[in-house]
This record gives sequence, structure tokens and C-alpha cells, in this order.
Amino acid sequence: MSAQAATSRGIRLWRAVALPLVLLAAWEASSHSGLVDPHLLPPLEDVVARAWNEGRNGDLLTALSASLGRDLAGFVLGAAAGTAAGLLLGFSRFAENLLGPTLRVHRQIALFAWVPLIAVWFGAGEPGKIAFIALAAFQPGLINIWRGVQEIPQRYRELAAVLTFGRLDFLRFVAIPAMLPAIFTGLKAALIYAWQATIGAELFMTIAPGIGGVMMQGRQLFQMDLVLLTILLLGLVGAGFNTLAGLSETLLLRRRLS
Amino acid sequence: MARASHPLTQSVQRSASHAVNGVAADQQAALLLGGYHSSPIGDALVAAALDSIADARSADARSADARSADSQAASDEVSADDQAGRLFRRLLASDRTGRLILGLSLPLIVLLAWQLSSSFGWLPDQILPAPALVWQTLQERIADGSLWGDTSISLLRVLRGFALGAAAGLVLGGTMAASRRLHDYLNPLFLAVSQVPTLGWVPLLILLIGIDEGLKNTLVALSVFIPVTLGTYQGIRDVPHAYREVGAVFTFSSTQMLRTIVLPAAVPAIFTGLREGLSNGWQTLVAVELLASTEGLGYQMAYGRQLFQLELVIAGMLVIGLIGFAFDFLLGRIENHLQRWKVAA
Repeated sequence: MSAQAATSRGIRLWRAVALPLVLLAAWEASSHSGLVDPHLLPPLEDVVARAWNEGRNGDLLTALSASLGRDLAGFVLGAAAGTAAGLLLGFSRFAENLLGPTLRVHRQIALFAWVPLIAVWFGAGEPGKIAFIALAAFQPGLINIWRGVQEIPQRYRELAAVLTFGRLDFLRFVAIPAMLPAIFTGLKAALIYAWQATIGAELFMTIAPGIGGVMMQGRQLFQMDLVLLTILLLGLVGAGFNTLAGLSETLLLRRRLS
Repeated sequence: MARASHPLTQSVQRSASHAVNGVAADQQAALLLGGYHSSPIGDALVAAALDSIADARSADARSADARSADSQAASDEVSADDQAGRLFRRLLASDRTGRLILGLSLPLIVLLAWQLSSSFGWLPDQILPAPALVWQTLQERIADGSLWGDTSISLLRVLRGFALGAAAGLVLGGTMAASRRLHDYLNPLFLAVSQVPTLGWVPLLILLIGIDEGLKNTLVALSVFIPVTLGTYQGIRDVPHAYREVGAVFTFSSTQMLRTIVLPAAVPAIFTGLREGLSNGWQTLVAVELLASTEGLGYQMAYGRQLFQLELVIAGMLVIGLIGFAFDFLLGRIENHLQRWKVAA
């Protein structure tokens, strides 16, 4: 055990990059040796050159910011509605009995099955895309916050009852501090779902400026370097969202403890 | 316990006991406050409580006066209306049938509004087809067997992808949990891959392997693979060390250890992964069928959308929802079955 625990940072870093390096080397070797059609697997330097060009003319960044703007709009709408609904269902027995079963069934319908309906109702342009992204962000917000309210420890509720707290005081001093972790889980999941949905919306609905459009264009023109670049970008954005969510969570939760 | 003599705490205790009128509650309040008072949040609670108790007291006094004045007049006419209202409220709030009625009322209202809108022609059929039309479409498609054909194609695809992805995920998760060294090698690459939204791979995979069955299998498998790997890894890693020690005391062989200790303890997390995986896989399959397919439930919906035959779309959504529900239910049952040792403990 202790030998494992003492594995130095250097060794762990080396282990982390070893496999990716091997894969990259194999990639480079196969595309140069002619084992694989360079159209299917362009040499690394081509991808890097493409990245450099795209970075200079700014096309890829414009597309990225269009996607992110769409993502953000849908996320804000969906997460806000999900949070409000989650609070309502958590605190009102009546609302839970009325809306709960329907929302549970709604969750079973695969998200992307809504695309055709939304495309017809809201149009396949910007409103349809944002509505779809909002729908994706709605469910995780709703479920986690609903559960968060239910999981407020019973003794906190008892204390508030003994002290004859009003609803507002209960919310401020008991419920919100106790629910913060659940709220964060919900918002983080909503962020990731919204990003998935952004890509989906851009692939499914009308072509619009955005990463999804660039991917489709790369596919149609058989520009593998462009497709690979967009995947890299998608991964980076996903990782960025995760880091952001983690950071803000630690910051806020630390404040709660102090 | 010196906290108990704090003047603020004492006054809260007095007020609290006044508010609930009971010795037991008084003791409970003292206990609870003892615990809470030692933190800043406790101080805030106490301060807020003092305010709200003062409010409640004066409100109580006022309403008591009002009540004694009213009660004479009111007691004569506790009308049948009032009783029916109380019964109704009780039904809605807690009763089992009440909950059922309430839970069904929303779908019924939506259905009614939907029916009304189509009867009065508020929305054209291309935007919202009549419920009867959807029902008829469903029946026709069941009768001519085309619904079953599409459903079985989609089910087969998702099961194939699920089997592939789950097997790979179990192997990778188990490997990473078993060896710290392999975990260090494999995990960074796994994390990097899992950051990319599944649909983001579609253009790349279409170029590499075309749009045939291979594409669907790969994408479904990928979306199953990620949660299953995570669940398996966490499940096995988090098996309490004490359990393993018990196994060591009994000098279990490694197969025995795996079968009697590690796997049962890891089952909940593994199943969470499998469940999420199946639901992910189903989502992904529907998406891929919408995007690139010539058969299956998703394709039928894309087709309906193009022809503006939304009854096909809505019928498809109903079936997709039903299957999602069945998957969740089934895996939940299996999970409960595998976890029965826990209930006995």
C-alpha cells in the first residue's frame, strides 16, 4: 500500500501521458508509412497547421462562440425553470402529487425524440434550438433539486418547526444551506446535458453558425483535419465546464462552512 | 453544556416551549439548540427564531380573541359544503386514491385541451394532430406489423450496442479498480474521451465507418461504455476495506473473494452505471436513427417530420417513452433482486 501511495507525481504524470503519446506516435507512423489512407487519418502536422490557420482567421472561434451563446441561452432558461419546478415540487405536497407523476413519465422519453416535434413547433432555426437545449437542461435541474429538498434532514425541519420559523426563514437558514450540494449537482448535470443538446440541435436542425455546422461541413467536404479539430474543441469545452462547475462548487461550499 | 446557560438560549427555550406548549418539546428544543448554538449558523437561527416566535405569539393572541367571538356563530352552520371540502382536500393531500386522482388529472387535462384544440381547429393538424388520429395511427401500425418491425430493429440495435459497451465498460472499470498502475495509465485517456459529447463523434465515425449498422453499434456502445466504466470502477474501489479483511481472515481464494465479497458490495454502483448506460444508449440510438438511418423508430419519426405527419412523430414518442420506462423498470427489478442480501442485514 505505502509503495503505491508514495508513487511520485513525476511517475504518475508520465503514466498519464504514456498511452496518448503511444497512440499519437502510431497515428503519425501509420499516416506517413501509407498504411492508412491519409484522407482518413491526416498526419498530425496537418491537423496542427489547420488549427493554426483556423485560429488565425478566427472562423472556428466564431463558430464556437455562436454555439456557446446558444448553449448558455438554453441552459439559463432550462436550468431556471428546472430549479423553480424542483423547489415547487419539493416544498408543496400538492404540486408534487399533481405534477410529479407526469414529470417522471416525461423523463422516460428519450431527449432526442423531442427534436422533430420541437422543430415543427418552434421552427428549426434559433428558437427551436434554444427550446431543445432548455428542455435538456430542465430535467437534471428539476430532479436534483426536488430530491435535494426531500433530503433535507428531518431534524433540521424539526428544529425549524420548534422555532416556529416562517417559510422565508426556513428557506434562508435551513433549506438553502442544506440543499446547496444538490443544487450544484443539478446545475452541473444541466450544463453537461445542455452542451450535448447544443451539438445535437446543431446536427439535427437547420445549419447555423456553430461547431455542429463546422463538423457537418468537414464531413461533407471530407476534411478529416477539421473534423478532428472540432472534436478536440468539444472535449475542451466539456472539460472547461466540468472544471468551472467544480471550482464554483468548492468556492461556494467553502463559504458555507466558514 | 455550559452553552445551556447562555441567556439567549434560555429565552429561546422559554419562547419555544410557550409556542408548542409541551414539556417534551421543551426538552427537544433545548437539545436541538445545544447542538446548533455552537456555530455561526446556529446564532443566525436563534436570532431569526426569536423574531418569528414574537410574531407568532402576538398573532396567537389576536386570533384567540377573534376565535371566541366567531365560534358561537360558526358552530351552528358547519355545512355539508364544508365537510365535502375537507374530505376533498384530504383526498388530494395524502390519501392513496387522492394521489392517484391528482397524478392522473394533469395528463387528463392536457389530453382534454389537446382534444378541444383539435375539435375546434385551434391548431392545424400539421402542428398538432388530433389524439384520435394518433391513436388510429398507432393501431394501424400495430395491425400491419410495421410498428413491431421498427421497434424490434431499434431494440436489437440498442441491445447489441449495450452488450458491447457494457462488456467493455465492466472490463475497463474492473481493470482500473484492480490495479492502481493501470488506472494511472488508462484513466486520463478515458476521461478525455468522456468529455466529448457522444454525438460529437458522429461526423468522424461516418467518415471512418460509414452510416451502416457499425455506426449505430459503435455510438450506442460508446455512450453505454462511459457510465458503466465509471460505475464499475467506483463500485469496486469503494468496497469497504473491512469486507476484504474478513475475506482474508477466511483465506478466501481470489475467485471466492470476487464472488462473495467484492461483487455483491459493488453491485449498487455497477447497476447505477448499467442503468444510466442503458438509458444513455437508448437516447443515443434514437438520435442516430433520426440522423442517419433508413429503418427503426427514430427513422420513422424523422420521416413523419419531413412529411409533416406529426401523428407518426407522436406515436413514435409514445413507444420510445414506453420502452425507456420498461428498461428502467426491468433494471430496477434486477438490481433489487441482486441487492436482497442488504435488506436481510
